[in-house]
Amino acid sequence: MNLDNLITMANQIGAFFAANPAREQAVADIAAHLRRTWHPRMRREIVACLAVPEGGRLDPLVREALECLAADRANA
Amino acid sequence: MNGLDRRDLGTPSVPSAPMVELEIDGRQVTAPAGTSILRAAAEQGLMIPKLCATEHLQAFGSCRLCLVEIEGRRGYPASCTTPVEAGMKVRTQSEALHELRRNVMELYISDHPLDCLTCAANGACELQTMAGVVGLREVRYGDGQPAHIANHYQHPRRDASNPYFQFDPGKCIVCSRCVRSCEEQQGSFAISIAGRGFDAKVNAGQNETFLASECVSCGACVAACPTAALVEKTVLEAGQPSGSIDTTCAYCGVGCMLQVQTQGERVVRVRPAKEGRANEGHACVKGRFAWGYATHAERITRPMLRERITEPWREVSWDEAIARVAGEFKRIQQTHGRSAIGAIVSSRCTNEEDYLVQKLVRAAFGNNNVDNCARVCHSPTGYGLKQTLGESAGTQAFASVAKADLILLIGANPSEAHPVFASRLKRRLRDGAALIVIDPRAIELVAAPHVKAKHHLQLRPGTNVAVLNAMAHVIVTEGLVDEAFVAARCEAESFAAWRDFVTRAENSPERQEAASGVPASEVRAAARAYALAPNAAIYYGLGVTEHAQGSTAVIAIANLAMAAGKLGREGVGVNPLRGQNNVQGSCDMGSFPHELPGYRHVSDAATRASFESAWGVAIDAEPGLRIPNMFDAALDGSFKGLYCQGEDPAQSEPNTRHVKEALAAMECVVVQDLFLSETAKFAHVFLPGATFLEKDGTFTNAERRISRVRRVMAPRAGLADWEVTQALAQALGYPMHYRHPSEILDEIARLTPTFAGVSYAKLDALGSLQWPCNAAAPQGTPTMHVDAFVRGKGRFLLTHYLPTAEKVTRRFPLLLTTGRVLSQYNVGAQTRRTANTVFYATDVLEIHPHDAEERGITEGDRVQVESRMGSTTLPATVTEKVAPGVVYTTFHFPESGANLITTENSDWATNCPEYKVTAVEVSKRARP
Repeated sequence: MNLDNLITMANQIGAFFAANPAREQAVADIAAHLRRTWHPRMRREIVACLAVPEGGRLDPLVREALECLAADRANA
Repeated sequence: MNGLDRRDLGTPSVPSAPMVELEIDGRQVTAPAGTSILRAAAEQGLMIPKLCATEHLQAFGSCRLCLVEIEGRRGYPASCTTPVEAGMKVRTQSEALHELRRNVMELYISDHPLDCLTCAANGACELQTMAGVVGLREVRYGDGQPAHIANHYQHPRRDASNPYFQFDPGKCIVCSRCVRSCEEQQGSFAISIAGRGFDAKVNAGQNETFLASECVSCGACVAACPTAALVEKTVLEAGQPSGSIDTTCAYCGVGCMLQVQTQGERVVRVRPAKEGRANEGHACVKGRFAWGYATHAERITRPMLRERITEPWREVSWDEAIARVAGEFKRIQQTHGRSAIGAIVSSRCTNEEDYLVQKLVRAAFGNNNVDNCARVCHSPTGYGLKQTLGESAGTQAFASVAKADLILLIGANPSEAHPVFASRLKRRLRDGAALIVIDPRAIELVAAPHVKAKHHLQLRPGTNVAVLNAMAHVIVTEGLVDEAFVAARCEAESFAAWRDFVTRAENSPERQEAASGVPASEVRAAARAYALAPNAAIYYGLGVTEHAQGSTAVIAIANLAMAAGKLGREGVGVNPLRGQNNVQGSCDMGSFPHELPGYRHVSDAATRASFESAWGVAIDAEPGLRIPNMFDAALDGSFKGLYCQGEDPAQSEPNTRHVKEALAAMECVVVQDLFLSETAKFAHVFLPGATFLEKDGTFTNAERRISRVRRVMAPRAGLADWEVTQALAQALGYPMHYRHPSEILDEIARLTPTFAGVSYAKLDALGSLQWPCNAAAPQGTPTMHVDAFVRGKGRFLLTHYLPTAEKVTRRFPLLLTTGRVLSQYNVGAQTRRTANTVFYATDVLEIHPHDAEERGITEGDRVQVESRMGSTTLPATVTEKVAPGVVYTTFHFPESGANLITTENSDWATNCPEYKVTAVEVSKRARP
């Protein structure tokens, strides 16, 4: 998948939930949205992006949400 | 079912009212107050002769044939215009009445050509019938030169300008039924009566031909005509139909019930059915007339194969084609993995067919890679309404609009895209409801005949959320919230957070004005009007959803309706006007990568278990690929096979070049369609599809109404679409053995709680059903969320306005937005193959006079439209329908390439493309 597109899409999702002043809830909502609507491969690739320079484009809230997804995989 | 024998009761029924007792011809009769004597008698089987009266139109009282005697009254009142009264004693038959009626008929016939045997209406002419009923035996008037013959020299003899019907003034009896149907049913006011006495003549527009006038070719006048003055050209050619089958239109999401009138399998004409609850006897130029594509010479009726897309097609048998698809899909999955194939479900096909394709994907492909065209239209509706109200569908029946005091229309142009609903809406507006339009264009409803919007919020494309937040700000800060409704029906916590959010100064109309371009005073006035109207209903379209913030806007709409207490009863609600005939149905049927039928997530173990038990397979608990994900995956080499049923992404998806590259990268593209579409150019296998006239099934319209589709003719290619999917499943080793679509619907009902009470038997008995239809609502659910929201308490979500990433710059200073016209339909595959091209033969670019002048562009110039994605060339029309800085076009013709220039920006929640906002520059092209 095109990583640029995935990052843009993830940041868009983050931008919607960022309106919620409760940060923890916003992070949880972003993670839940990705779990419920993204193909596992897309999730794997966006999580992998945390470790590469392109990941610098990720919104901080989204990064936190992706760390939740990374934890899912670790716990799976 | 033969619709040719239906009896016309003369005047419209009167909704429930106090009952009145009277006597007609010695019988005791009871009728609702306000009912005409004509109808009260007809309901008892006492048919009073009539010509100008029909139950489709208000009484007019001009023909003087329905005269009756009423005890204690002088003269002979017309029974169509005289309402029943308690104790009234009416006589419909007497010597005097007989003589009067015969004399009236004699006068009519004295000015009518007596060419009955060769007339197109022979056997179906009300004038002819009435002459027989009154016993007309001689005509004493006329001198061999009747006025109708003289008139032929004063007026054009016949007007055959319209491609679908002819007007012959010589056969006209000036009953005004055509004029009244144009006013009352269609709302166009395109026809009038000019002249008086023998000079009286039906007049289209300003004494123009029907084609040149503002007539929209809905055909209501043709259906209303009691003679052959207005008659379908197909009837002129073929003669009167001998049979009739009730079915459902396959164009837009209104879902009109149609009578397809036939001679054997030959369609002679299509008439709207008065029993259709979505359309109540009305239709549009597409549904009524544009069905000729079904027998068009370009229909592909044999399966075809080719090894490479550069090779010519080779016709093969169904067995060979199906075996090829199954073989290729198996090979691809063995080589590239289970997820390397998927399907696009057609929102043009039936519920049963859509259900079967998603079952094929989940049970035989073993993945969830299934999607449908809602991805590019109303997927944000599904998401936004589910999150806030709890169900992915509109809340009302169309008829609900009759009880609205105010209609808020956002990003929708029903006159063009949902014309039969537009006619219903116009009726309500003429009766006094107020209209607010939020749209970048001055759509027809902003100022139509006898309709004028109270407010037109002409916002910049891409700023819906800014305007909706500003309206919410006004409602909250001016104390217009329906506190009792919110307290009883909504989550207190989410409402409090939303109230704090919209109260912020940044959401005030004054602060949002710079972004939206809408004067703050207009936003404030619109918000007050919406909140204060006793009943206010929101209707919206793709102008809301096809944005980067499409889902946010849908949520903002739901927030607004909850805050104002405008949900849960008739006359209010949140109503998406859905585009395709069965896009609601295909979504209901689980044609999404994350949802099983009934909008239940694939991760829900209990739901999965019920399908796994019924289907005998394990279902993947993870979401599959959406359409744009499939194309992205094709380009990176991980998605290799696509079963594309009745969709044309190579024309309809944004950034066409990207889509074509993705299709070209796949190893097996299977297209099932009526014609060789743009997508078929990239296909390895072509499976011929069947039109709606060739199969049984059901469609579900925008009001959740499930209606029957009934086979009129045998499938041209031998198989209905559901039979092809079934054959493919079997070839892949998954058993499917349905004998009829009714068995598929029975399975859907067993596995989907909202469809539990739906069956063909019940649909045949009741005509249609609105889901949820189950034990709790055995007759269906016209209005949703009546006592509580489907999710329990209504949930407010925060809708921060974010400007689109698609910015205007010095290089691309204009914003392009796209839409549709009345006579063409989506990618035009059907309507381009009908005479509708007479009305609209090419896509055009609308540009404001100011922008045109700056660029030296004049009417009809060919212009280049260039975006960051690409460029295309279109003819320009200079119009103030668009605001300065905004240009507009349609996407009905592949050669115009509108989607060559649209971007891949998409809705954050659903990936619905942002068709409505593309930064472009427009320049005049040098003439060749």
